[in-house]
Amino acid sequence: MQDMEKFQLKPKSRFREYLGEKIIMVSAFTALIGVLLIFVFIFKEAVPIFTDPEIQEEASLDKMVFKQQYYEGRDPKFSWQPNSEVPKYSLFPLFIGTIKAAMVAMLFAVPLGIGAAIYSSEFASRRVREIIKPVIELLAAIPSVVLGFFALIILATFLQNVLGLTFRLNTLNAGIALGLAAIPIIFTVAEDAMTSVPQSLREASTALGANAWQVSFMTVFPAALPGISAGVVLGFGRAVGETMIVLMASGNAAIISTSIFDSGRTFSATIAAELGEVVFGSAHYSVLFFLGTLLFVFTFAINLGGDMVLVRLKQKLQGKT
Amino acid sequence: MKTVQNNNTVSAVSLSGPLEFKPKTSGTIPRGLTFLAVAIIVTMLLIILGNIFLGGIGTINWEFLTHPPENGMEAGGIFPAIFGTVALVILMVIAVVPFGVLTAIYLHEFTRPSSKITRIIRVAINNLAGVPSIVFGLFGLGFFIGFVGGGLDSIFYDNEGPVWGQPAIIWASLTLALLTLPVVIISTEEALRTIPRELKEASYALGGTRLQTIGRVIIPQALPGILTGAILAVSRGAGEVAPIMFTGAAYYLPYLPGKLNDQFMELGYHIYVMATQSPDVEATKPILYGTVLVLLVLTFILNFVAIYIRSSMRKKRATV
Repeated sequence: MQDMEKFQLKPKSRFREYLGEKIIMVSAFTALIGVLLIFVFIFKEAVPIFTDPEIQEEASLDKMVFKQQYYEGRDPKFSWQPNSEVPKYSLFPLFIGTIKAAMVAMLFAVPLGIGAAIYSSEFASRRVREIIKPVIELLAAIPSVVLGFFALIILATFLQNVLGLTFRLNTLNAGIALGLAAIPIIFTVAEDAMTSVPQSLREASTALGANAWQVSFMTVFPAALPGISAGVVLGFGRAVGETMIVLMASGNAAIISTSIFDSGRTFSATIAAELGEVVFGSAHYSVLFFLGTLLFVFTFAINLGGDMVLVRLKQKLQGKT
Repeated sequence: MKTVQNNNTVSAVSLSGPLEFKPKTSGTIPRGLTFLAVAIIVTMLLIILGNIFLGGIGTINWEFLTHPPENGMEAGGIFPAIFGTVALVILMVIAVVPFGVLTAIYLHEFTRPSSKITRIIRVAINNLAGVPSIVFGLFGLGFFIGFVGGGLDSIFYDNEGPVWGQPAIIWASLTLALLTLPVVIISTEEALRTIPRELKEASYALGGTRLQTIGRVIIPQALPGILTGAILAVSRGAGEVAPIMFTGAAYYLPYLPGKLNDQFMELGYHIYVMATQSPDVEATKPILYGTVLVLLVLTFILNFVAIYIRSSMRKKRATV
């Protein structure tokens, strides 16, 4: 018995052991606590929109969503002019601007991202693939402010000259740069989904007489489709949330126009452009945090959904249903 | 092409006559189209990089890197922005690496992958990685500056003007630390997966406790992965502008930040300011290009180093 006690930890080390494990456990919850704190503290600043009558006077949910008659004798309309004499907080122009920019980005990024993913996973030789992947990683590593700079200084002038546009900064310009930011996400997720399609599926369809393109488009592509769509959705989330590119390259006019050659103002750019000058605790301040809450909830839903699809796909492809 | 040949040999050997199989389309068109996508992406990347390189290389010299801006940013250098960026990411790394590493260790060593807690934490990490950067900026303003900073002020300084409850480098770096947390966790975890189980078992067999095993076997073995994570976090953090716009970055400062509650200049924010708020864009253009090139080179060097460490780590795992 006495011999055994020699191998017991001393009380001091036992306490250290206990403390160490607890510290690790608590640290592990940083990410979770972080996400919760983000939501709580952003939503907290937006709450006065729902509770404070003084702020509701200026910016209630009604006023943000429906058409408003701001001046006597004029038609009611949607308008975002928080700094005018009669502050106007309609979110509709911002919504149009956000969707417009994200759609342009998707039209540009989805074919390129998926195309490159198919090439990389199905056609490229091993060596070529080893080149394509770092190149895409390089694209992902470009800071968004640099992409914004590129769109603002170079791409905008180029597009204006080629297409003869009235406005130098417009949604098309911002959308292309946004697309460049979304391509790496779409590519990575789609490529990952396609390479995780089991080799046996390819072999089976080859054995049935399918040629290379039939294998990739009629066997691999459908099998990986959930993953590919998840990539597209995640890319869309990135395009909606991205700030610096649209802030610098889209012209930021809060107008209601469906033309991609007009300027547009997105949710994210509105926050970035206006938060610096806003009065702490004002209606405008609350509305900007409300925009932040919307962005957070939207991207949260997209990420959660995308994630679930990807996990399920992996399980299915590995035969663990 | 190989598969087509296979078909032919099959039909030649076992099937003959009417059953002979002819593929309807060859793979050339899809192959070409998808290759075109790759080519367009690479071309765009080359145009961006080439343009920035050619536009910026002429500006960069020792003066530019070591002197402050002059004459309303139309002359002089970007030293304060470089200094501020470095100080910012150092503080960020100090904050993010311990939490990231411990989270990864917890997920990998303390729980089973199927347990509920692990799954919830993983969902949180993935979502944190997807939160738009401007939302982090709002959070930094509301939580770090308003709640923590304002709280410190009201407890210790009787609210005599803001001391901590104002934009400052510490709040900006903590905001970025939260933003880069997933990067550190993910690459540490990748490294943890490469550690052979025998090493851990040997440590336990020798009577090592869990903490000793973590401190003397697991962390040293995972060091390349932790380093990769830290480098990637720095690369990401150095380029983010939206989270620091309201939490500490300044247009222009005549001094360098010396205290944790000072404001600071930063490369990315400097680019944004020069590109959008300059009264004379043409005059600032050379400096603007130079700054972009500096930021880009910094980011790319960090990424190359990270990719190199990671690939040598993978090779090592393959040989083990």
